[in-house]
Amino acid sequence: MNGAASGALLSVRDLAVTFDTYGRTAQVLDGVSLDVPARRHVALVGESGCGKSVTMRAIMGLLREPPARVTAGEIIFEGHDLLRLKPRARMGLCGTAMSMVFQDPMTSLNPVFTIGDQMRAILAHADRRLGRRRSRAERHARIIAVLGQVRMPDPERIARAWPIMLSGGMRQRVLIAMALLNEPRLLIADEPGTALDVTTQAQILRLLRELVQARGLALLMITHNLGVVREAADYVHVMYAGAVVEAAPAAALFAAPRHPYTRALLDCVPMLSGGGRFRGIDGAPPDYTSPPPGCRFAPRCAAAMPRCRTAPPAFPVGPDHRAACWLVEAA
Amino acid sequence: MEFVFFLIRRLAWSLVVLAGLSVLIFLIARVVPGDPARLAMGPRASDVQVAQLRAEMGLDRPLPEQYARYIGGLLHGDLGRSLLSRRSVNDDIRETFAATFELVLATITLAVLIGIPLGVAAATWKDATVDNAVRLVAILGAVTPSFFLALLLQILAGYELHMLPTTGRMAPSISFVPDITGLMTLDALLHLRFDVFADALRHLLLPSLALAAATTGQIARITRSSMIDVARQDFIDAARAFGIPARVRIWKYMLRPSFVPPLTILGLEFASLIGNAFVVELVFAWPGMASYGVRTILQKDLNAVMGVVMVSGVFFVLVNLAIDVLVGFVDPRIRITGAR
Repeated sequence: MNGAASGALLSVRDLAVTFDTYGRTAQVLDGVSLDVPARRHVALVGESGCGKSVTMRAIMGLLREPPARVTAGEIIFEGHDLLRLKPRARMGLCGTAMSMVFQDPMTSLNPVFTIGDQMRAILAHADRRLGRRRSRAERHARIIAVLGQVRMPDPERIARAWPIMLSGGMRQRVLIAMALLNEPRLLIADEPGTALDVTTQAQILRLLRELVQARGLALLMITHNLGVVREAADYVHVMYAGAVVEAAPAAALFAAPRHPYTRALLDCVPMLSGGGRFRGIDGAPPDYTSPPPGCRFAPRCAAAMPRCRTAPPAFPVGPDHRAACWLVEAA
Repeated sequence: MEFVFFLIRRLAWSLVVLAGLSVLIFLIARVVPGDPARLAMGPRASDVQVAQLRAEMGLDRPLPEQYARYIGGLLHGDLGRSLLSRRSVNDDIRETFAATFELVLATITLAVLIGIPLGVAAATWKDATVDNAVRLVAILGAVTPSFFLALLLQILAGYELHMLPTTGRMAPSISFVPDITGLMTLDALLHLRFDVFADALRHLLLPSLALAAATTGQIARITRSSMIDVARQDFIDAARAFGIPARVRIWKYMLRPSFVPPLTILGLEFASLIGNAFVVELVFAWPGMASYGVRTILQKDLNAVMGVVMVSGVFFVLVNLAIDVLVGFVDPRIRITGAR
């Protein structure tokens, strides 16, 4: 889905990923395309198991191969196809050119090293790769500064602490600080704060947005929370069963969703003000080892027709707005 | 602070266990059939002589009184006299314990130096050839009886290849008394006698290799499974996303959180090796406490048996206390919460 300008910082094209399980092959990503332009905030939404996380792991090079296998597509970052880079060169981008805020703050910090130790290692290895010369004191100053920027009280004490001494919200801030240490151009956030309580999550999201905006970073946010999308994203990709079904500027998507799945998804959000418009989606996501032919949403779609047995391409339906559905073509 | 309480609690329990051990071994040693005084005097001694010895050693007193006298001595660090040699058991054990301790220390060192890297390699290349090879070697190491390995090494490296000495702790041509710690290698270094150090190492190598096979296999297996567990954790993915290179991820970020299970096993192994060393000590004529202990059991040398068992027990307690401290050092979660 080529929604945004072609000069995107990150551009994923027709990415296909399979997982080999018990002699069967699951087509988990079936031609995912998305763009993240520089300095823009892009959201990737969809229900659990739709392939958001696999997409993100593929971009960061975190897929476990085997069982995962990238069978087609490209991931272009700053002009390089990450899938064709040598492992060393690709690894060299991690943490420096692109970095990631992990979802679960309770499990994403190494329990046996202090926060300071872990941050020092991130800085030191990046310095070595980039040929930067920096003294221990300079690195320490940088760590303290970034911990301050994520609004940690008493950064010196935090740097000496082990993760177990910090609350979930504090650990999430530490994870953000780690991602920002080397000033990446692209930040990928995997459901940030979902593991925390709602109030803390809201704080974390606000903080993340401020930091990303202040630095002019591109943000790719993965979430199933449409409220978060509406608040934080410029541009949205909606994923269903391993493919992007609709891509649009956030305002356009919420105002005029075109794909039946997007509409159904928006209907699932309970509104405090809206009264009784809350519905679920009947049926279940398809079995990835033997998906239905054509449109993967068709079995659950109220408007399904015989034509849906062939996969619809992404039709342009407005400025920077595309939807992969035959209904849209007919319109 | 919680960690200190945790250690104190551990130590207190250990004292209870040691007290229980003393009662148990005291009774078992006396329930075993055979008259220790007769065994000590030999078949040709007269009944009067045997009765005399029995009275001399207090063996004619009621059991509770015998036990009270023994414990009284034990609390003053006196292990009593050997029925057989009539020497102080303290002296016998002092001479033999250092030899066994040195052998076990060398064994543990080998097991760590070989077992940990094998386990790490197996976990890193899980299900690949390296992993399968390591698993096979680990199983073989664990199931091969140490006496068989001891004989094999002795024949191959000693008699056939003439590479290494096959008996004792030191070449007869060298005169050296380990008078500081009792450990040949360490005392040689402390006296700056590097020739003695080299010779002591050469003597240590074969017996400790024979003894290390089983422990090495254990350590490799535990390290492997522990590493595989940790490799699945989010923080390892995070380290990768933050640009930490594989070498550092494996040897630092994965190994340290994986280290508690192998460390715990090491503590148990350390103590059980003290007992199990006797076969290897016999094969290599190693003048250690393990073979001394077996000799005294066969001859029902009551005080000596008690002495060996109690020294092993105290040693076990101390080693595991040290392991607890190390575990707390390796994993701050245990140190901070005081729980394991």
